Amino acid sequence: MTATQAPGTGIRRPARALYAGNARAVVARGLLATRSSNLLVVVSGFFEPVFYLLSLGIGFGALVGTVATSTGQEVPYAAYIAPALLAVSAMNGAIYDSTWNAFFKLNYSKLYQGMLTTSLGPLDVALGEILLALLRGAMYAVGFMVVMQVLGLNLSWTALLALPAVLLIAFGFASLGLGITSFMKTFQQMDWISFVMLPMFLFSATFYPITVYPEPIQWLIQALPLWHGVELIRAMTTGAISGMVLVHIGYYLVMIVVGVVLTTRRLRALFLA
Amino acid sequence: MTALDPTSSGAPSDLSAGALSEDARRALAGGAAPRRFGAWYVAEHRIRAMRGYLQSAIVTSIGNPLVYLFALGIGLASLVPQGVGEVSYLVFVAPALLATAAVTVAADETTYPMLAGFKWNPVFFGMNASPVTGTQISAGIMIAITVRLLATVAIYFAVMLLFGAVPLATGVLAIPVAVATGLAVGGLIGAYASRIEDDRGQLPMLMRFGVTPMFLFSGTFFPLETLPPWLQWIGWISPLWHGSELGRVVSYGYDEPAWLTAVHVVYLAVLIVVGLRLVATAFTRRLNK
Amino acid sequence: MPEPVITARQLSKQYGDFTAVDGIDFDVAPGESFGLLGPNGAGKSTTMRMVGAVSTRTGGELRILGLDPDKHGPDIRSQLGVVPQQDNLDQELRVRDNLLVYGRYFGLPRGVIAERADALLEFAQLADRAKAKVDDLSGGMKRRLTIARALINEPRILLLDEPTTGLDPQARHILWDRLFRLKEQGTTLVLTTHYMDEAEQLCDRLVVVDKGRIMAEGSPAALIREYSSREVLEVRFGSDKNAEAAERLQGIGDRLEVLPDRILVYSENGEAELERITQLGLEPITSLVRRSSLEDVFLRLTGRSLIE
Repeated sequence: MTATQAPGTGIRRPARALYAGNARAVVARGLLATRSSNLLVVVSGFFEPVFYLLSLGIGFGALVGTVATSTGQEVPYAAYIAPALLAVSAMNGAIYDSTWNAFFKLNYSKLYQGMLTTSLGPLDVALGEILLALLRGAMYAVGFMVVMQVLGLNLSWTALLALPAVLLIAFGFASLGLGITSFMKTFQQMDWISFVMLPMFLFSATFYPITVYPEPIQWLIQALPLWHGVELIRAMTTGAISGMVLVHIGYYLVMIVVGVVLTTRRLRALFLA
Repeated sequence: MTALDPTSSGAPSDLSAGALSEDARRALAGGAAPRRFGAWYVAEHRIRAMRGYLQSAIVTSIGNPLVYLFALGIGLASLVPQGVGEVSYLVFVAPALLATAAVTVAADETTYPMLAGFKWNPVFFGMNASPVTGTQISAGIMIAITVRLLATVAIYFAVMLLFGAVPLATGVLAIPVAVATGLAVGGLIGAYASRIEDDRGQLPMLMRFGVTPMFLFSGTFFPLETLPPWLQWIGWISPLWHGSELGRVVSYGYDEPAWLTAVHVVYLAVLIVVGLRLVATAFTRRLNK
Repeated sequence: MPEPVITARQLSKQYGDFTAVDGIDFDVAPGESFGLLGPNGAGKSTTMRMVGAVSTRTGGELRILGLDPDKHGPDIRSQLGVVPQQDNLDQELRVRDNLLVYGRYFGLPRGVIAERADALLEFAQLADRAKAKVDDLSGGMKRRLTIARALINEPRILLLDEPTTGLDPQARHILWDRLFRLKEQGTTLVLTTHYMDEAEQLCDRLVVVDKGRIMAEGSPAALIREYSSREVLEVRFGSDKNAEAAERLQGIGDRLEVLPDRILVYSENGEAELERITQLGLEPITSLVRRSSLEDVFLRLTGRSLIE
């Protein structure tokens, strides 16, 4: 295949073969597919974190009263978990789109093969898919922030910054998720993703401070992405912004780069080799 | 199932009034065993199919209780040092987590597998072409689910013991209670899923607006009374609440009026019976096109 | 004549206002190979499901092996083998396991099932695939496995609904060969098809069905003799000239059928008719003389083609 390539494509100019600057086309297809499939299912995703917030914030919160955040601030329990739920929903949305959905497209509907036979490069496809996941994540986030505002859980004006933070988190998970998914071959392997997600969801300072754990476990949790996401958003909604915010942002930037590079390479190896 | 006596009801009304043909006799003999044991054959088949995901089922059945009890019984419990009622938060939450695990497995087994058996991989039609009837197929599936529930719940319970979450010896009764809770939910979901003709995302909606709220508002993580009255009705109709409360009674002697305990038992029993019948009629109807 | 294994009288099935099967009569003798030939939607599959004792009739009488399927469904099904139109093998199980599990449904002892499963895999030419996943089989292999599965109870009657639809020509021939062997061994076959070549290959006797009714009955040869001529001349004049040419052809042959793309001239001697046509000064773009087939019978009976 490479031997007959026309000049100006392929090996000679790898950038062009990777990226045609047309991720928009992939996004447009995705939107169209969403619209024709089931809008109600997509919209319903908004309710899940709201249910959690009502249940735990109101019900469990009554048993708890206030909780100390990592910066020592005492906040009502609902205000403690709300930012965490926001981060979790950003993660879940991004992971769902970039793992299960993408896995299906990769292995069953062969959508990507079809896309890559056009002028689109693997990077267009990867970016397009990630943007699509982000769009969905942003939609949920805005809805959830409105609920938080109504319930008085946004404790500071900096809560506005939670929105871009959510996108950053979603971007990180979507790109890494897509990269990992491109290595998966069977549904059984996909189960392992959920298996890693569950403890991360429960242990990452989402529902209680990580200080209950011995130090080595705390380090482990702090090495995982969700903890950074939760702390980042919590800093925004409680207004306790410190230098740590930069560390969290940095973590996600690295994650995004790693994810995008991984995905692009992998798509190229899979379909353009 | 109609009673079958080849020498009386069936034979004379059939075509020729004379003696049964050799073929007919062979058929009546061939139908005898399946009429009695058909449901067990189906259960055997389903359990064999479950081996396909045995590995991930085992890992989840051991991993989930570890993760949940560690997170809720230790982590979340740190926020409730005073405990709930007269017991620690761990002891309070464990029976509810057990019932929740059963409900999760039951929902897993009765959503897509039920729909798939009619639609994407229509094995139920294949089974029905054999002597096995629709009622037997549905019963066999529910037997197989019960087996999986028992295994999952027993492992969960063992982990609970490991965490010291079960003060009373009667706590072992939490196992049948949880299985019953799973079956109550599974029957209803199965009856719904097996009626779906076109997949328009009804199942994710059911999970989102049925199963998840049930799990969150059934007094699992906190006593139902903590919720505002306008949310408490969810618990009253939720099999998970009845199952969790019953589990608490046997596990740590949760003090509730005896009549309420009786209500839990009766409610779960009624749901199971109704659910199983609904699944059976759904199967019979759908198979007889 | 030995007692029929299947007897249907005024057999009907209605779904609401729609009549899928509209009062059909037929008998199937033991050891016979009986076909229902008709287009999609003719009511063949519905008839097969009623004969398979899984769909309740709404009118008429039906006896299978002398028993009423309304009362003796399980008993009757214990003596049937069913190959449905849509494969319903269990994709979560491997090839051989599909047979083992299915044998259990008939209450057979495990040892007997295992023995039969191996023999049937051999028969279905799938012995080397015993451990394969069902999903990895080709369409033809899946269909052969379904046939093997249908034979696990050594059925008195084998029901096949469109057995080769969707298969490539080679896979069809392999399948026909297997079915022919069963027929030779004396298994009663009942099959539906909308392929005339299949009906001609496999059926001793068949009924032509359309819109839930039986239009004709007989052996393939007898049907052709009765409803068609010995030969057919097919001529094409190009799609825009067809109708015009057809008018000028009136009187040629025993009978004419004008199709959108060609004209069929039914005659005992096709070559002679072609000569008459050229004498009329008409020049067909292509012409072909062939023997009459069941397709022609169907066209004659219904005015429509089998495969649209």
